[in-house]
Amino acid sequence: MILRLWQRFKQPIDPWLLLFTLLVFLVSSVLLYSASNQDWARVSDKLTFMGISLALMWCVANIRQQVLMRLALPGYVIGVLLLLAVEFFGVTSHGATRWLDIGVTRIQPSELLRIALPLMLAWYFHHFEAHVNWRHYVVAAIIIVIPVGLILKQPDLGTALLITSGGFYALFFAGLSWRLIGMMTLAVGGLAYVVTHWDLCINILHEYQCRRISTMLDPTSDPLGAGYHIIQGTIAIGSGGLLGKGWLAGTQTHLDFIPERTTDFIFAVFGEEFGLVGNVLLLLLYLCVIGRGLMISYNASTVFGRLLAGSIALNFFTYAFVNMGMVSGILPVVGVPLPLISYGGTSMVSILVGFGLLMSIQRDRKLMKA
Amino acid sequence: MRPIKRRPMFGVPARGKTRRASGKLLKNDRTERSSYELRFAAAVLFVLALFGVLLVRFFWLQVVQHDRYMTLAEANRISLVPVAPSRGVIRDRNGVILAHNYSAYTLEIAPARIADLDATIAALKGIIDITPRDKRRFNKLQEESKDFESLPIKTRLTDEEVARFAAQSYRFPGIEIKARLFRHYPQGEIGSHLIGYIGRINDRDLVELDEAGVRANYRGTEHIGKVGIEASYENDLHGVTGFEQVEIDSGGRAVRTLRRNPPKSGQDLQLSVDIGLQKVVEQLFGDRRGSLVAIDPTTGGVLALVSKPTFDPNLFVDGIDPQSWTALNESPDHPLLNRALRGEYPPGSTFKPFMAMAALEGDFPLVHQTIADPGYYLFGGVRFRDSKAGGYGSMNFDRSLVVSSDTYFYQLGVQMGIDYIASFMSTLDLGSRTGIDLPGERPGVLPSPEWKKQRFSKPAQQKWYPGETVSIGIGQGYNSYTPLQMAHATATLANFGVAYKPHVVASLVDPVSNMRVPIEPKPSRVLPWKREHVERVIRGMVGVQTEGTGASVFRGATYTSAGKTGTAQVFSLKGAKYNARAIDERLRDHSWFIVFAPAEQPKIALAVIVENAGFGSQAAAPMARKVLDYYLTGKLPEEPAPAAASSTPQPAGESP
Repeated sequence: MILRLWQRFKQPIDPWLLLFTLLVFLVSSVLLYSASNQDWARVSDKLTFMGISLALMWCVANIRQQVLMRLALPGYVIGVLLLLAVEFFGVTSHGATRWLDIGVTRIQPSELLRIALPLMLAWYFHHFEAHVNWRHYVVAAIIIVIPVGLILKQPDLGTALLITSGGFYALFFAGLSWRLIGMMTLAVGGLAYVVTHWDLCINILHEYQCRRISTMLDPTSDPLGAGYHIIQGTIAIGSGGLLGKGWLAGTQTHLDFIPERTTDFIFAVFGEEFGLVGNVLLLLLYLCVIGRGLMISYNASTVFGRLLAGSIALNFFTYAFVNMGMVSGILPVVGVPLPLISYGGTSMVSILVGFGLLMSIQRDRKLMKA
Repeated sequence: MRPIKRRPMFGVPARGKTRRASGKLLKNDRTERSSYELRFAAAVLFVLALFGVLLVRFFWLQVVQHDRYMTLAEANRISLVPVAPSRGVIRDRNGVILAHNYSAYTLEIAPARIADLDATIAALKGIIDITPRDKRRFNKLQEESKDFESLPIKTRLTDEEVARFAAQSYRFPGIEIKARLFRHYPQGEIGSHLIGYIGRINDRDLVELDEAGVRANYRGTEHIGKVGIEASYENDLHGVTGFEQVEIDSGGRAVRTLRRNPPKSGQDLQLSVDIGLQKVVEQLFGDRRGSLVAIDPTTGGVLALVSKPTFDPNLFVDGIDPQSWTALNESPDHPLLNRALRGEYPPGSTFKPFMAMAALEGDFPLVHQTIADPGYYLFGGVRFRDSKAGGYGSMNFDRSLVVSSDTYFYQLGVQMGIDYIASFMSTLDLGSRTGIDLPGERPGVLPSPEWKKQRFSKPAQQKWYPGETVSIGIGQGYNSYTPLQMAHATATLANFGVAYKPHVVASLVDPVSNMRVPIEPKPSRVLPWKREHVERVIRGMVGVQTEGTGASVFRGATYTSAGKTGTAQVFSLKGAKYNARAIDERLRDHSWFIVFAPAEQPKIALAVIVENAGFGSQAAAPMARKVLDYYLTGKLPEEPAPAAASSTPQPAGESP
């Protein structure tokens, strides 16, 4: 009986992905204990979130692919509707309208799109698998642009970029022409150049976005404002050295020089206390997670599975890269958390739901084999 | 079969066309699969490449640039906090405290850390009583200082205020309570010109500290001596700044002390000044303007250095508020002017004893002659009048000092000539700074042909006219000296030509070991005067006190004294008779008196000037009498201050 329950429990689980996730959680808890100045309450909050997220992941992993495909379109439509609702009834805080107040709590519909958009695109390309032509890519582009445009309006540049990249990865695996990818890369690069070199940005981007970008190019231009984050982050990482200052011994961290050190800038704490060795190990751990996700994509039996898994895995990578890049000063500060490690429930839930989808894809393949 | 060579812009058309051509699902799957594998490989490369970029960045930060960032982190973490030394205490010759420190709490604002200063101060008013005066003072400080400085809005908080603010401090980031040492001058207005005051260090002070190479020693110091002893003994009083190495958090709050290098307190000063005497003199002046300098002729130690009116130095310590500043600065009485050092007045007849000394040393014929005194002296067709209408009939050297004969000294001046007068007087430091240990001393004017050449630019004015020498002989004309110079010259005369540099500080005292380093009185100059010449001049000055212009004032004195009255013209009468009542008070003559006592063994020499108070015997001499009575016999003056100058009778034969 117990054995059967155990079988039922572990049946949808991908052990490798679970193992890597738990390892990241371990790092996360240890790090948060230090970053929060040994605040057990924060750590236990985080452990609760982990538990809830893992449970959700297990639930999602149980869903059959056919069901997922059926959920894709309604999910996407609901997501876009919620974004529209944000546009009209949203709660404004810190100059951005990103939240919907649903009485009990606030929800951030853009988080839902992180899952719903790749799901939608994967379903879309799976549906037209047999005869994909250029019109489908145009439609896919529109599918991406609608929610991204709404999110940009909130404004939330970080999430918009990440969701765009998630959609783009789906298109990429669906077979978007290399030439177009090259042209898009050039266009994005050119746009970045224009934005960073001309005052045009005042018209296109919101002021805070501009400032963050120009600050990234020269952090010392605004050492007490936006540049402070970058300067103190780089100082923390750089002063960590090869082996780090040791757990609970980071001076930048514990003397409060790192802003947002439990959330977006937690990687600065990690770099300071664990050094280059720690950073390399963390990169390897993230590589394992991403690699497992890509493996699942590679092994998937359907186009839907391949696209969805590939998009989820690369999106996870993007989070990690953008966060570590911004904290170490090579990317602008765009408010992207370090996946699974930054304190904050919403992003963890959406990532683990994504992992649940990966497991579901992996399980369907097993079932097919069987 | 793959017929298509040219690919359209979008999609992977090969697959679609193939499918339509063949209709076989399996083949399509295969091409789809291979396309996917290529993309899978690209994704893996993409991930590895970007993580590689991160790796390179980490290596750059954590290995290559590690030292630099380590230094930055340490600079973040460790702050060298200067610990200001305790400023030396100033005491008078009897140990009475003139300037000391006490610790109290202040409420300080860092304007740079506050967005809306006015709103914050308004909110602060709810807890702590901030007067409009505090606000004005703060605004003035803010104009004068850098933004990142922390400035006091309220000083000397009561315990209750400290407690109240501490409970609410979370509401006021950027505002802190600090324990500080305050300078206090317990004597208030007494001796303020002498003691001076400290004030907040301003840009000019910083430049001077830089030039002196001691800026680092002032890192924890906010105040510096601005005036008086506080300024001239700044180096001794200040002490050596200590340092504390503390670990700070990002808010700048000290978390713990790592290392401590204690400060070294400044030297205490013991003055030669007797603050009791100073007080007596200041009370005697009352509301009148003027100055008195009393010197111990045997050491050069200054016993009293008075300049009236005075001011309260405590006002300046934490920045004076604009209203008080305007009141002090724009008063017609110029209370901030130290008249003792910077007031230059014609000496009038107090110049005559020195003229007499010069005549004896030069052995001029007039010294041995008796001259006719018709009440005027005719020179170059101009009649130089004597103040004694009709004159004394005849006049000789010894008599001339006692009755202050202008006719005699007109002729003496002409006989000696301006060059001789100038060279003799310069040996008494008249016309040059005495070198007293106080800042801002002025040299006065010792007229001479050379001086005139430098002073004036037009050739007609540069020439010295012989007629000008006539007025010089009685201490008028261009003659102009400070009360300090007159007191110093009097002391030198009393000491038979042995001059000591005047000084107000007697010794430096180490506050820890109580080791006393006296400032040795060294003769700055020994004048080769013949003893009998000095004795003869002193006899004349004693005569002034017993039978001359000072006699009525010094009647009944229990000690002997040698003095000379004087009257300095403020307003040129151009030959008309002087009538004190007819002219504006501020244009009336200044009343001078110089004296030393006891005559045979002088313990005190002084010069006093009362501005616009008329003849020397009217105001200055009575004051000198009371000062000498107090200093030599301990007798306090009966009435605090004589109200008017006319209360003393005007003796006959007073010289202007």
